[in-house]
Parts: sequence; structure tokens; C-alpha cells
Amino acid sequence: MIFALPLEPATLADIAQALSVGVMLCGFWMLLQRRLVNVVRTYAAQAFLLALAAAWQAYVQDERQLLTTAVIILVAKALIVPAVLNRIIVKLDLRRSVATSVGFGRGLVGAMGLVGFSMLLVFPVTTTSGALTRETLAMALSVVFLGFWMIITRNRAISQVIALMALENGVLLAVVGVKGMPLVVEMITAVLVLLTFMVFGIFFFHIRTRFDSLDVRNLERVHIIPWLRSS
Amino acid sequence: MTLILLPILLGIPALGALILGFLPARTGAAWMNVAFSAATLAVAGVFVSGPLPPPTLFVLVDDLNRLMIALIAFVGFTTSLFSVGYLQREIDSGHLKGFPARLYHPLFQIFVGMMLLAVVSNNLGVLWVAMEGGTLATVFLVASAQTDQAIRAAWKYLMLCSVGIALALLGTTLIYFAAQPVLGEGLNAMAWSGLQEVAADLNPALMGMAFVFLLVGYGTKIGLVPLHAWLPDAHGEGPAPVSAMLSGLFLGVGLVALLRIKTLMGPLVSPLIPGPAMMALGLVSLAFSGFMLYRRRYYKFGLAYSSIEHMGIATFALGLGGPLAAFAGLLHLLAHGLIKASLFSIGGVVVQIKGVQDMKALRDLTTTHPMVGWALVAGFLALMGLPPFGLFLSELLLLVAVVTVQPWLAVVLALGILVATGALLLFLQRMAFGKEPGLPGLDAGAAIELPAVGKPVEWSKASLCVFLMIPVGLNLAAAVALGLGLLGPVGDWLVRAAKVVGS
Repeated sequence: MIFALPLEPATLADIAQALSVGVMLCGFWMLLQRRLVNVVRTYAAQAFLLALAAAWQAYVQDERQLLTTAVIILVAKALIVPAVLNRIIVKLDLRRSVATSVGFGRGLVGAMGLVGFSMLLVFPVTTTSGALTRETLAMALSVVFLGFWMIITRNRAISQVIALMALENGVLLAVVGVKGMPLVVEMITAVLVLLTFMVFGIFFFHIRTRFDSLDVRNLERVHIIPWLRSS
Repeated sequence: MTLILLPILLGIPALGALILGFLPARTGAAWMNVAFSAATLAVAGVFVSGPLPPPTLFVLVDDLNRLMIALIAFVGFTTSLFSVGYLQREIDSGHLKGFPARLYHPLFQIFVGMMLLAVVSNNLGVLWVAMEGGTLATVFLVASAQTDQAIRAAWKYLMLCSVGIALALLGTTLIYFAAQPVLGEGLNAMAWSGLQEVAADLNPALMGMAFVFLLVGYGTKIGLVPLHAWLPDAHGEGPAPVSAMLSGLFLGVGLVALLRIKTLMGPLVSPLIPGPAMMALGLVSLAFSGFMLYRRRYYKFGLAYSSIEHMGIATFALGLGGPLAAFAGLLHLLAHGLIKASLFSIGGVVVQIKGVQDMKALRDLTTTHPMVGWALVAGFLALMGLPPFGLFLSELLLLVAVVTVQPWLAVVLALGILVATGALLLFLQRMAFGKEPGLPGLDAGAAIELPAVGKPVEWSKASLCVFLMIPVGLNLAAAVALGLGLLGPVGDWLVRAAKVVGS
């Protein structure tokens, strides 16, 4: 331990679990938001909780490298990404709209089903593994599924970007939660951050080159999953 | 000795990217790109012909890797040579300008480096990082024409592949999760060679779950239906050399990554058996792309669907398993890489000299541009799987292997190949010899918007010889050598690699 807190091992695990549940709940909350600005806020909260979870794992597993990961997540995902997203929203005047292809009610039922599904998937197959990572893994899988669900049910490119980043948060939750995944974690985090900036790079590139023709919404009409396009 | 060469092999592209990043995108940079690619090829040649070093925690060189290193270095070199002529004309005609033109060569080197890193990596996490690095490098290249369509294609490519790769990362984590109780914490539990030794002791259910995620993740990179949506756009809108490398290398490296995971699953009795899953996806890809080929209007989109078809065949073969089918699958992978790289290069020149991509306007090339036209004929004959090219041998061997296991599957496979071959024959007939407009079937409304193309560009005979005929000739000659069994040491590597992955 870097420094010892007067806590039982069970409590340490409980706190880790609480943080991962928080990340999952943010994924749910994101699906409930009707305004894009609030989706971004919820995303920022999720990334912040993820950074906390990574820092907590660094303490529990006594892996100082994970602290680096936590800092990268905090700066890139919880601070810079929401700021950039907000700028895009203001520039494209997208503040009000969260266009969905599935109604909110049905969307929520589907999301709950996915969380249940991921628990049913993880719990039976991980009986031999330590309890600490098992719950985290179930939560992480839920976040991934929720992100996937959001990508499918949202029409706008910007919503899909946020959903993709939320999905990545889920994967990162699994990566930091599995004990002792060595060294590679930093590389993975770095690549994911690089990916994030590429996404924004293309977005801004597009906005800049098409600014005169006021054709900035072209990107909005890209359906990445063609057979799921709505109207 | 051999391991000393590895940092050099990976260092050349890295150094190349660094140096080329500071040079302007004129011919000087293009020739330096060729020089770096040639150096990579030379080092790769020495590296793969040497003895195999024992695996370390990060590096694994076995027969399968040797094949892929050779393919990557070879296609990288031929494509860099073709790039010189192609890129010069793209810049002169104003298709490629400014920042993207400058970035082309460094990203070329980064892509080649990442592919090499992906195949030599023993660590599943590093493999993942290299695959994603390769994707990110090519996203910019696909977008480099800066047209609406190109940016949309890049966007689609980035988004779909990112979702895929995120799932692949989750799968990788699950494998570590399964390995940790057996191998303990640390790098060894992420090393493929370590995992393979204890493969029988891994938690089958957890590995099955991991395989599903990895199949979806790397399957997106391979372009398996229904995860293929990014592929035609990215191949169709990117510059021709980029399409050549994407189709020839990137898809294959993705398949090798999946193959590694499948090999780990071999001794397990898991709820999900990886072989049939890969076979099913492969057959669906073959059938789907075979029929979709008939509706393609644009040359490069057609080639992209043909890539889906051939990756489907290779995935099917490797999913089937057994030494013969695995041999056929690996051979198919290599031959397809070489042939498709040639066809995309030829296609790039065709589009430049004609100024259109629409196959309605591309006809009778053997009369108007004999050299390009006959190269196109050779390339298409190779792609259709005619002897003496490599795809003939691989498809024949695969059919033999399938007949001995499941005769009715052979019928399905043969029909799928025939359907796709028919479409390619239609393309070839029209583009190389066709006189009259309006062959039935090909004009049915394709929903893609007209890709941006411009005025016809001149290619002199001399530059055609140097920049098209030499690279295409080299690629096709290699494909013929594969088809005739004139493999030299490559044949031994293929047989041994097939034994490892086919068990």
C-alpha cells in the first residue's frame, strides 16, 4: 500500500464496487437525458467516476502505474472531451436535440434488459475468480452494452460519438478493474485518447472546410449502421 | 542474432515516418518512402530467412508470422513504388493538396510499422494497440481527398472500427481474466505463447465469451458481413495505394489476429465453438458479397466487395481447420493480398487516365490503353481464381478439404465462388473489351453518390512501366509462384504454420 487506510479489505472492495456501479448508473442516466448538453454533463460525470475508480484500484492493487491512467482519464475524458463536445454543440446549434430512433420508454426497457443480460453472462462463468473483479466486470460489460445501445438508438453523429466514448469508459473500467493487467494499460489508455482526438479532428476539419457552404450537417447524415436507419 | 534485427525491422518504418514527416510532399519524399520500404523489405528478408528466435514476453516469431512479415514488407514495397507515380499525378491534378499530401508518406510508414508490430507481437494488448494504430493511420489517409464523400467514408470507418476495437479490447481483457488464475498476474498471462501452453486449463465459458467479443472486434477489421459496412466506402474513397494496402494487408492481419485467438480455443470444450462461428460468418460474407458485386457501378467499390468475398473464403477455410484447410486459408490470404494490391493499383491508374470511376464509362481499355488494359486482364484473371495464380490453388485445396469433411458445404462454397466469379467476369468483359453501353444487371441503381473524380491525367509509357508495371508485375509474379508451388522456403513455412493453426 502506498499508505494504509484504516479499512477492512471487504470495505476496500465495496468502495471499488460502488464506484463501478456509479459508472454504470451514469450510463443509464445518459440514456434518459433529452437535451444534448445534459448528455455531455452525464458523460463527464461518468468519466470522472471512472478516473476515481482507476485511482482507487491503484490504491487497492498497489499499482502506481494505474494512477497515471487515472490522471489521463481525468484530464482527457472528464475535462477536455466534454469541453470540446460542448463547443461542437454550440457551433452546430444542437443544444436541444437528442434524436432517437427508439422511444425513451422502450429504450429504457432495452437498456435494463442489457444490464441484466450482462450480469447473467458474467456471474455464472466467473465463480472461480476473485469477487473484487467479478462485480466490476459485470458493471463494465453493462456499460459497454449501454454504450452500444445508445449508438444504435441515436441518429445524430454527435450522440454516437458520446456513446462511443461511454462504451470506451466501460472497457476501461474492465481494464483497470482486472488485477495486475500489466503495463499495457497505459498504452491502451493512450491509444483510446488518441482515437478520441482523431474523432474530434475529423469533426472540426469538416466544420472548417465546409463552413462557407453551411453544409456542416453533412456528417450528421452518415448512418454508420445502415440497416438501422430510421425514416 | 535474429532478435537483434527486430528493432531494426520495426525501427525503419518509425524512422521513416519521423523523417518524412518533416519533408514536403514532392517526389523527393516519395522516393525516400520507396527507399525506406525497400530497406524494410531487405531487413524483413534477412529476418524471416534466419532461424526462429524463442518467444519472449513481447515478441513471437513463428512460421505464421514469417509469412505475414514477408507479405507486409513485400506489398509495402511494391505499393510505395506505385505511390510515386500515382501521388505525383494526384498532387498535380489538385486532388491531393496541403496538409493531407504532406501526411501521406509518414502515415504510410506508420501503417506498415503498425502492421509489422501487430504480427510480431506476442502480447495480446500490444497486438490490439498495433491494430488500432494501423486503423488511425489509415483513417487520415482515407479522408485525404477532403471531399464530402471521403470524409464521410473516413468517419464511418473510424466509428465502426472503434466500436469493433473497443469490443476486441474487452475480449482481450477477458482472456487475461481467464488466464490469470492459471498463469498468475503479469505479462506472461497476456502472452500468446504462454497462453497456448496452458490453453487446455483456461476457463472455457470465459474464453467463449472472450471469443465472441474478439470475433466481433477483429471481424470488423476483417470486414466480415454483417460488420463490413465501413469497408466499401473506405476502399472506394481512399487513394488507390491506401486501398491496396488496406485490402492486401490490414484485412489479413486482422484475420491472423483472430486466428491466434481461435488456436487458443482449440483444446477447450466451450459453449461456443469458434470454428463453426468463423465458417458461418465466412460463408455469409462470401454469399452476400457475391451477389452485391453485380450491383456495383464503381470500380473500387466493386474491388472492395471482392475483398469481402475473399476474406470470407479465407475465414471459412481457417474456421474449418485441419492442416489442409488451414494451408489453403493461409495461401488464400497471401495470394489475395498480392493480387488485390495489384488490382487497386491498376484501378487507380485507370481512374486517373479516364477521369471517371463509373464502370459505365470505363470500357474497351485493351484498345484505348493497351498496357493498362492487359494488366487489368491479368489482374482480374488472377482474382477470379484461374490457374496459374495462387487463388486457384487455394480454392482448389479448400474445396478438396471441404469435400472430405462435409460434401454439401463444398457445394455451397463452390456456388458462392462461382457467383462472385461471374460478376468479376462481367466487370472484366466490359472494362477490357466491352464496346456497347448497357450490359444488363450492372446498371441497377446503386445508391452511392458519384465519387469525386476529375479531369483525365496523362501517364507516359515510361512512367507506366516503372510505377505500374514493375510493382504489379512483382505482385502477380509472386502470386503465380504461390500458385505453381514454386515457394521455396515459403512452402515449408506455410505447411508448418498450417499445422500450428489447423490443429
